[in-house]
Order: sequence, then structure tokens, then C-alpha cells
Amino acid sequence: MDISAFVLFWAAIFTGNILLTYFLGMCSYLSISKEIESAFGLGVAVIFVLIVTSALNWLVYYYILVPFHIVYLQYIVFIIVIAAFVQFLELIIERYTPALYYSLGIFLPLITVNCAILGVGLFMIIRQYNFIQTVAFAAGSGIGWLMAILMLAGIRRKLKEKMVPVGLRGAGISLIITGIMALGFIGFSGIVQIQ
Amino acid sequence: MTKKDIFINATFKDNSIWRQILGICSALAVTNLMLNSLIMGLGVTFTLIMANMTISLIRNWTPRSVRMMVQVLIIAAYVIIVDIFLKANMPLISKQLGPYVGLIITNCILMGRAEAFASKNKVFDSFVDGVGSGLGYTIVLLGISFVRELFGFGSFFGFKVLGSWWTNWSIMVMAPSAFFLLAMLIWGVNTYYYKVKA
Repeated sequence: MDISAFVLFWAAIFTGNILLTYFLGMCSYLSISKEIESAFGLGVAVIFVLIVTSALNWLVYYYILVPFHIVYLQYIVFIIVIAAFVQFLELIIERYTPALYYSLGIFLPLITVNCAILGVGLFMIIRQYNFIQTVAFAAGSGIGWLMAILMLAGIRRKLKEKMVPVGLRGAGISLIITGIMALGFIGFSGIVQIQ
Repeated sequence: MTKKDIFINATFKDNSIWRQILGICSALAVTNLMLNSLIMGLGVTFTLIMANMTISLIRNWTPRSVRMMVQVLIIAAYVIIVDIFLKANMPLISKQLGPYVGLIITNCILMGRAEAFASKNKVFDSFVDGVGSGLGYTIVLLGISFVRELFGFGSFFGFKVLGSWWTNWSIMVMAPSAFFLLAMLIWGVNTYYYKVKA
């Protein structure tokens, strides 16, 4: 892969948005988007965890798994790295910044099972990114995810007083809104293609 | 609860996708072709059954504080088996599914069933629950992919059914249609199956 990291960063936000194009991180996206504040908190936590764990996973994959020929263990190793890092982060935040813990801490356990984190790790292996590309891709993906959840939270707040068919309330209407957003993001796809 | 109740509950009444809105990621991502959906559904069903049984088997010896970690590792072990099997026997489909096979680990259905059912119930009940949940998931995937493949490629399981007069709707192959179709499915199920009223 010889795409520059800069291009990859923007492509991960717009043309290949992790949520709107690759459908990753849908569960927490649908359940935490009722209020803008908590959506923002979760989004920031996702960006941070995404960048650090992707970098860690890249190092572990190319310096431990590949030399020892145990690449088939990548899923278990990646998920352990993610879970351990999230646990570690939770301890640190709780110990040193209690204020941040109360606003962000509740989201941390949710992040371990957020498919976006593991998804970026698997994409970077399949597409053979180097270290710089991986960090740029992870940062872009996280920012793209934050943008998508903020947009949905904003729209859902406006939608609260509107007449929505009963069966469509909650998840249904959120999916339709997401579909329309995805439709809009297809407009960016002519700028650059990443595979 | 009888075995039949558990099965009906897991497959239809508490269907993971349309009732609990879990495991949406893969339900949207792999549904542009029916064959991919079927393989994905079978993979998830296998993982569900095996993980449910294992977690249920060791439920009395698992400390509460580390049970999440234990469950994730058990699930990951079975996902590795599915992945290696697909790579060896169906390399083309394995390539098309890409990262979504590995992402079965973080599929909320697996953790949801482990936490809500397998960690509290007997081994055989957990087996039935695994079969039911897997079947419910596969049905939804096949339903969505039927519409997407028919309109997007004019075919059914790869066989051309609509003739040369048919113009493919390219929107059906792209991401937005998956969101719209799933939303419509949830709407329909809420209205006609659960009969929700204002």
C-alpha cells in the first residue's frame, strides 16, 4: 500500500466512513445517541482507545505474532489487548481524574465490545498498512465515528416532538436517518478510493 | 420453560435483530449477496451453539468478576475455528466476508446470549437457545439479502432470475439500502407481529 497517511486520514472520515460505509460500531451508536453530551463523551473515548489500541495491535502483530508464526491467534490477541487497555485506562482515570471518570467512565466497558475498535485492527492487517498509515487510519475512523454519532444525536433531539409512526420509533427511525446520511456520504466517494 | 418455548422465544419473540437490535453490524454489511449471508449465518450459529454450551458448562466455576473476559475468550476461540475453516474450504467467500468473520467476536448477539441465558441455564437449554438465536439471525440476514440481491443483481443465490430486460438498482448494492431495508423490517415486525399501539 503506497497511499500517503494524510490521504488515508481524510478518506477514513469521508469516503470510507467506518460507520456509514462499513457499518461498524452500530450497537453503541444506536443506543447512546439519545443525548448529544453522552454521544460526544463516548465519541471522544472511542477516538482515544482506537488510536492507542490500533498502534499497540500493529506492534504486537508485526513484532510478536508474525516472527513466532502464530498469526492465526490474532483475534484472541487483539481482543485481549483491547480489553486490557480499556481496563487499564479505567483504573488510571478513576485514580487521577475522578471528574473525568464520572463523565466518561461509564462508557469505557462499552468500548471493548464496540466492533469499530476490532474492525480497524482487522482492516489494517487485511490492507497491509504500515505503522504511520495505521495511526492515521485509526484517527480518521474515530473522528468519522464521532461525527456520525453527533449528527444522529442532534437529529434525534429535534425529532423528539415530531410525529413518527409508532412502530418506527427508536431504532427504526434512527436507521432510516443513518441511511439518508450514508446516501449523502456517497457524494464524497468520487474524491479518493481506498480499498 | 419447555425446550419448545425456549426455541420459539430465541428465534421469534426475542429475536436478536428485530427485537433487541443487536448484531446489526454484520446484518448490514454482508447482506448484498445471499450466499455470503447464508455462510455468515451458519458461522454465527455455530459459534453461538458452541460458545453457549461451553459457557453454560463452566458457569458454576467461573468467578463473577472475570466472567466477561472468560466469555470473550471462549467466543474468540470458536471464531478462530470458523475463520480457519472458511479460509481452507471457501477461500473466495472468506475473502469477500473479510474482517466481518473476525468481528463475530464483538457481535453483541454472542455476548448478549452468553450473559442473558447461557451463564444461568443448563447445558441442553443453552444449546436450544443457541440454535434458536442463530436461526433467528440467519432468517433476518437471508430476508434482507434476498431483496438486495434480487434488485441489485437480478439474481437469487447467484442464479440470474430476472432476464436481460432488468436494470440493476445500484443503490441496493450500496450501504444506504441496507439501513432502509432493516428499518422497514423492524417497522413491519413492530406493527404486524408485536402490534404496538400508541
